[in-house]
Amino acid sequence: MKKIKIGCGAGFAGDRIDPAIDLAEKCDLDYLVLECLAERTTAMANIEKKIDSSNGYGAFFEERMTKLLPLCKERGFRIVTNIGAANPEAALLKATEIARSLNLDSLKIAAVIGSDVLANLKGKSNQIWENGKTFKELQDNIISADAYLGVNEILPALQEDADVIITGRVADPSLFLAPMVHEFNWKLDDWEILGMGTVLGHLLECSSQVTGGYYADPVYKEVNDLAHVGFPYIEVDEEGTGILGKAPGTGGAITIGTCKEQLLYEIHDPSKYVTPDVIADFSSVSLKELAPNKIEISGGTGKEHTETLKVTLGVNEGFFGEGTISYGGHHAIERAKMAEDILKIRFTEQDIKLKKVRYEVVGLNSLHGSIGENKNHNPYEVMLRVAAISDEVDDVTRLGNEVEALWLHGPGGPGGIRRYTKPIISAKSTLIHRSEIKSTVIYQEV
Amino acid sequence: MTKVKLYEIAHARAGDKGEVTNISLIPYNEELYEEIEKQVTAEAVKEHFADIVSGDVLRYEIPNLIAFNFVLKGTRPGGVAASLDIDPHGKSLSWALLEMEISID
Repeated sequence: MKKIKIGCGAGFAGDRIDPAIDLAEKCDLDYLVLECLAERTTAMANIEKKIDSSNGYGAFFEERMTKLLPLCKERGFRIVTNIGAANPEAALLKATEIARSLNLDSLKIAAVIGSDVLANLKGKSNQIWENGKTFKELQDNIISADAYLGVNEILPALQEDADVIITGRVADPSLFLAPMVHEFNWKLDDWEILGMGTVLGHLLECSSQVTGGYYADPVYKEVNDLAHVGFPYIEVDEEGTGILGKAPGTGGAITIGTCKEQLLYEIHDPSKYVTPDVIADFSSVSLKELAPNKIEISGGTGKEHTETLKVTLGVNEGFFGEGTISYGGHHAIERAKMAEDILKIRFTEQDIKLKKVRYEVVGLNSLHGSIGENKNHNPYEVMLRVAAISDEVDDVTRLGNEVEALWLHGPGGPGGIRRYTKPIISAKSTLIHRSEIKSTVIYQEV
Repeated sequence: MTKVKLYEIAHARAGDKGEVTNISLIPYNEELYEEIEKQVTAEAVKEHFADIVSGDVLRYEIPNLIAFNFVLKGTRPGGVAASLDIDPHGKSLSWALLEMEISID
């Protein structure tokens, strides 16, 4: 039976590059997928593109391409990646330039265009999930709109034998499913097999989260050598069954436990996981350990995909400001509370307009609120943290000024003041009808 | 009957999507699935997370995987980018769930 090997060489924008090289060199891959976009990434990338139209693709793009394109040529695997972010066209040109500078030839690079639907939505009443308002009502503050494309839009590039396929926003599992559909000729309405392939893609899409990362607890769940954690690959057959593995000699571990945790990661109803390709059902998945660090995954199914596609909107929502100050030794908590009281008075009397503000004591209640605070413990050192949102950058800047002023005007023995502001670009969601998508693929031959 | 913390008998992982957090809960021992099902209800989880979760809590049972999936709505109004939390993604909340106590024989 025909089988192919698909590796995950990146699970987020800033991911390590050396594990991708391990996979590429040691695992005899047919495909290497780099998943590099979070909810907010395309909004930030759109801002970069506005400033400079040759920018707007993902972080560490040049470094990833410089290290992986030669291996792609040498080993014969294909790269599929969403690192195109807001500007797959520019990424295509940059990748071509890099390939030429490395003296690589006969490499075909493709860019999948069509995720950007900002123009489609202008003036329309598509409803925003999080607040029930329409696109039209918020559009002055909406700086980007990217639809989640799927296998359908990636396929032409695979069919045209592109060695490197760079997309903008697509659904993460689709990056893995598209090669499976292409190699095995699966039909785009074979919902069961698309569901099975989506399961495998979902397990891989966060790199080490299935190979021991985001898992370990030194007492209950031991995992070795995370400094060298291996990224996963799947060996999948034409019936949709996959065997999960990682490069020999790498750290981490693939276990039933790591697979269960990653399977349910970012899932709500496990029987209805909606992607552009299918509504996948994870509830019938079977996991079987074949050998240490080798898990077989089967089961999973699916139903017909939805008529609409999810769109992530980048929305300007004001400014964020934060300040921290630390106290150690006797009465650390009391001094932190004293500093907090000073700040509250200052913010009010100095007319610093904060729409939302939060005070917490790191070491006591910042992560888990009363769940942590009620433990009757007395930390030796704590950090007072204040965080706030305002419409004007001036107010959050002045928040930082007041925290800094606690050097002189606050309790004794303050340590390490930090202050930080940033504009808020929040991710909101809406839907667009499939028929609105006009996707094309453009090519460069090196 | 003894009281145990969930972290002694299960593991968990938190994920975020928009303003919603999901936390899987996976018993180490499949024999404890029933007891966890009885005691770690959606209501009990909502109460445990009283100052963190403003919306509904749903629970999905996946007996085939011997696992549960909790969906906590309204953990970060405005989403990750507009969150004031020191942990804007809420990734540490899995360990918060594991602080819950249940009684077992």
